[in-house]
Amino acid sequence: MTLFIWVLVFCCFLCLYRVGAGPTPPDRTVAIDILGTLVVGICTIWAVIKGKDFYINIAIAWALLSFIGTITLAKYLEGKGFDE
Amino acid sequence: MSETVGIIFFIIGGLFDLFGCIGLVRLPDIYNRLQAATKCVTLGTCFILFGAFFWSGFSAMGIKALLCAAFILITSPTAAHALARGSHIFGVKLWEKSLMDKYAEDEEGRLSGGKVEKA
Amino acid sequence: MTKKMTIFLVTLVTWLLLTWSLDPEEVIAGVTVALLISVLFSNLFLSQGKKTNFAPRRLGWFLLYLPVFFYYVIKANFDVAYRVLHPEMPINPGIVKVKTTLKTQTGKTFLANSITLTPGTLTVDIVGDWLYVHWINISTLDPEEQTKLIVTRFERFLRRIYE
Repeated sequence: MTLFIWVLVFCCFLCLYRVGAGPTPPDRTVAIDILGTLVVGICTIWAVIKGKDFYINIAIAWALLSFIGTITLAKYLEGKGFDE
Repeated sequence: MSETVGIIFFIIGGLFDLFGCIGLVRLPDIYNRLQAATKCVTLGTCFILFGAFFWSGFSAMGIKALLCAAFILITSPTAAHALARGSHIFGVKLWEKSLMDKYAEDEEGRLSGGKVEKA
Repeated sequence: MTKKMTIFLVTLVTWLLLTWSLDPEEVIAGVTVALLISVLFSNLFLSQGKKTNFAPRRLGWFLLYLPVFFYYVIKANFDVAYRVLHPEMPINPGIVKVKTTLKTQTGKTFLANSITLTPGTLTVDIVGDWLYVHWINISTLDPEEQTKLIVTRFERFLRRIYE
């Protein structure tokens, strides 16, 4: 089971490579968006390993906040206000 | 419910996450990377959540995993639209070997970028 | 009033599923918060111009749509994974413009989200009836053919569900 965690952590490092190397700001934003989704997966597998369901709560909260953060960054890239 | 089905779902999900991240590193421009992000990583994480549901059945954990999967399936394409449009308005060009860019050709699409009806 | 009732029920059911217990405290907290949300924030939600009344026929088409949609999603994943892992990366990307015949806002939203989750296509923007779609492997340069390949397979279902 821990193998899955290591696979996902390796994926996180690939994302971090893109965050560091991405030539434009939108590339980094995409990588951060994916990073959020991967963390949801890590939390889920951790919940299954430990058999405690509050890790899933963390996953849900992380998914929500990651979505809001991505939308905010996208709006910032458009160069427009947040209240449209 | 059944631990074997859960493990199989975990394996599929982990593989798709890995493919998506390899695509994120290999593909040439941001729009192609978004393709890998919205398809492979979303479905991979959804498979992991379904695996958690099959592992634990109709308990608190399983139902929460199902809700989280539905939530990700709804929000991930929305975030992808927002990012694609944002980066096009930001001025990121398509890959030089791309075949066409109708969005940049159409003046109305470029100018009315923010004011059109939201879908 | 109907809108407030709908929001109240949806938030309450989501809360009960999330807590997964029927303790009186949980139910009371859920009812209070759902009532507050439905009273305070109901004007934030878009109201549809045309009333679409609920019919079992629509639900049936929706349940029929789900397996078709999932089939395309799985196919999309194998397609993108193949392109990513292939050493030469066989991609011909570009943004194409296709026309939709759906009229309602909800229908267009579902169409755009379905397009984004299926083989190699990603909706960039919607202007009126026109969808701008980023396609990872453009197979034909004819706009009619493109519309047929991208949009028509979902429109058949979505028109029956939302219109």
